[in-house]
Amino acid sequence: MIRLSWFNVVSLTLGFAFLYIPMVILVIYSFNKSKLVTVWGGFSTKWYGELMQNEAFLDAAWVTLKVAVISSSIATVLGTMAALVLVRAGRFSGRMLFSGMIYAPLVMPEVITGLSLLLLFIGLGLDRGVLTIVLAHTTFSMCYVSVVVSSRLVTFDWSLEEAALDLGCSKTEAFRLVTLPIIAPAVIAGWLLAFTLSLDDLVIASFTSGPSATTLPIKIFSAVRLGVSPEINALSTIMITIVAVGVITASLVSKRQLVRQKREEQAAFRAQ
Amino acid sequence: MDVPETEFAPWNDADEKPLIRFRNVTKRFGEFVAIDDLSLDIYEQEFFALLGPSGCGKTTMMRMLAGFENPSEGDIELAGQNIVPVPPNKRAVNMMFQSYALFPHLSVWDNIAFGLRRDRLPKAQVQARVEEMLKLTRLERFATRKPHQISGGQRQRVALARSLAKAPKLLLLDEPLGALDKKLRQETQFELMDIQEKTGTTFVIVTHDQEEAMTVASRVAVMDEGRLIQVSTPADLYEWPDNVYVADFIGDVNLIKGRTTASGDERYRIDWIDGQPPLNGVSKTVFSDGQTCHLAIRPEKITISTDKPVDADNAVQGKVLDIAYLGNLSTYHVELASGTVIKAQTSNTRRISRRSFTWEDPVWLSWTATAGVMLAQ
Repeated sequence: MIRLSWFNVVSLTLGFAFLYIPMVILVIYSFNKSKLVTVWGGFSTKWYGELMQNEAFLDAAWVTLKVAVISSSIATVLGTMAALVLVRAGRFSGRMLFSGMIYAPLVMPEVITGLSLLLLFIGLGLDRGVLTIVLAHTTFSMCYVSVVVSSRLVTFDWSLEEAALDLGCSKTEAFRLVTLPIIAPAVIAGWLLAFTLSLDDLVIASFTSGPSATTLPIKIFSAVRLGVSPEINALSTIMITIVAVGVITASLVSKRQLVRQKREEQAAFRAQ
Repeated sequence: MDVPETEFAPWNDADEKPLIRFRNVTKRFGEFVAIDDLSLDIYEQEFFALLGPSGCGKTTMMRMLAGFENPSEGDIELAGQNIVPVPPNKRAVNMMFQSYALFPHLSVWDNIAFGLRRDRLPKAQVQARVEEMLKLTRLERFATRKPHQISGGQRQRVALARSLAKAPKLLLLDEPLGALDKKLRQETQFELMDIQEKTGTTFVIVTHDQEEAMTVASRVAVMDEGRLIQVSTPADLYEWPDNVYVADFIGDVNLIKGRTTASGDERYRIDWIDGQPPLNGVSKTVFSDGQTCHLAIRPEKITISTDKPVDADNAVQGKVLDIAYLGNLSTYHVELASGTVIKAQTSNTRRISRRSFTWEDPVWLSWTATAGVMLAQ
């Protein structure tokens, strides 16, 4: 182990305190017995129980989950297709323009994306609800997927796909049997990213949701405007837990795979 | 039967039908001409090498045979059929890639079975063929391993087994031994020749390593800038190069430039440097008096001695400038009075301590009139 100097210890502590103190406070207060958010009244889990009774929150949570799963799945398909074309198709005229344009939504202010989508939906005469939120989330998360997948594809050995063709595959078979299984980790990572983006989006959802469907972030935001209740703290704690578990699992899985592959490669090298 | 076994040389037989036929093939990438109006016949069961420096067009030739590139002009025939419009997955041609291109997510077994399964063969048949290939390439023990769990040499054999599994009419090998170290490469060369003979498949190999091409191939095509420079057997290529480019590209050579004068039946006198006696050479090609000629002599055909040899066709004097000791051979760089350096090679059949000359020693170099090749260009 490396011994840390006092300077490193202080900067590490400050950095992590800055990042995590707000969340820790939120988690602690979710177990507060008192109805007053700022006064500690002893330990209790009663707000978690009340949350389970709250129909409005449960409905919103269900809508959020549905939107996140559907939109991230569509975004993954579209984003992967875009990445494939942009990485592989070589230098067709306008390639720079297209690859620039696919990344533009990443830097576009969300308010503008939301507003433009709202105008589009009104123009098309679409009633705002689950469908419009799904469309909106697909639109902005597919460029994230495309970034993740194309960063994998630039290091992809295209002779693998040629080998598949050479051995009798049609182009679609070659993609299904060779390319897709190999880039699958990147595609899954893209899906997870799109899923979390959709899960915590507030701005775009607020433009594109309607009275028939509200997502959880909107629900929390509007509830907080009437005053923070311990119930909200409990809900937020649950969300933090879900996200943390997901992130930690994903990193553990990929780390283990890397370690195993390293070990096997070394074993093969020794066996030579 | 007492029919004598004839030498394998279908290219000398006018009745033999070539398996592959390039007919005036040109390939352009934009402005760049990769293959320039090239015609070439390759025969069944040949081990044919395309040899040349990088960028000479040899890889493009191979990719056109596999179907990954199409010629801009001309036809390519396989067994009498024009294959230009046939996509790669419908050609009876398989390729072994330079990077091996093994599928990392499949086991060795599944890699080899991949092509057979695409043909919708019955399970038992796939099983039998994969086992056969594993046995041929001595990979039985590694069938369940993934490509990253085996060594480089084993990966090379998996790639070979996979490309041979479908019993193609033609197997293409793109720098197949480039990633292996020297010792393994030499072993594998003989293994490749063995497998080629056993399966009777026509092999076309692309390489920039002249030693590799000479070792494995029945015929070698030397390429440069999209054109064929010479197509011959390895021995002819070495002993009878058509031109200075081939002489220089294949092996080590001394090139002496001079002017010819006929001195008898197919015999010529070559005046080269003022103050040096003229050289004597033999050539079936006719040279006119005063024509420029390059005399190409391999270093091992030059004899080195301390005393002036008697009755030598050619003898020149110089002093030893450098000695390259290669173990089995020694190459002497001998500088003549004019400053020209000539390389001579001897086999080290004696122990090094009893070598008769060393640096700065005056020596005589000699060779016969037939030792060199006279080249017009």
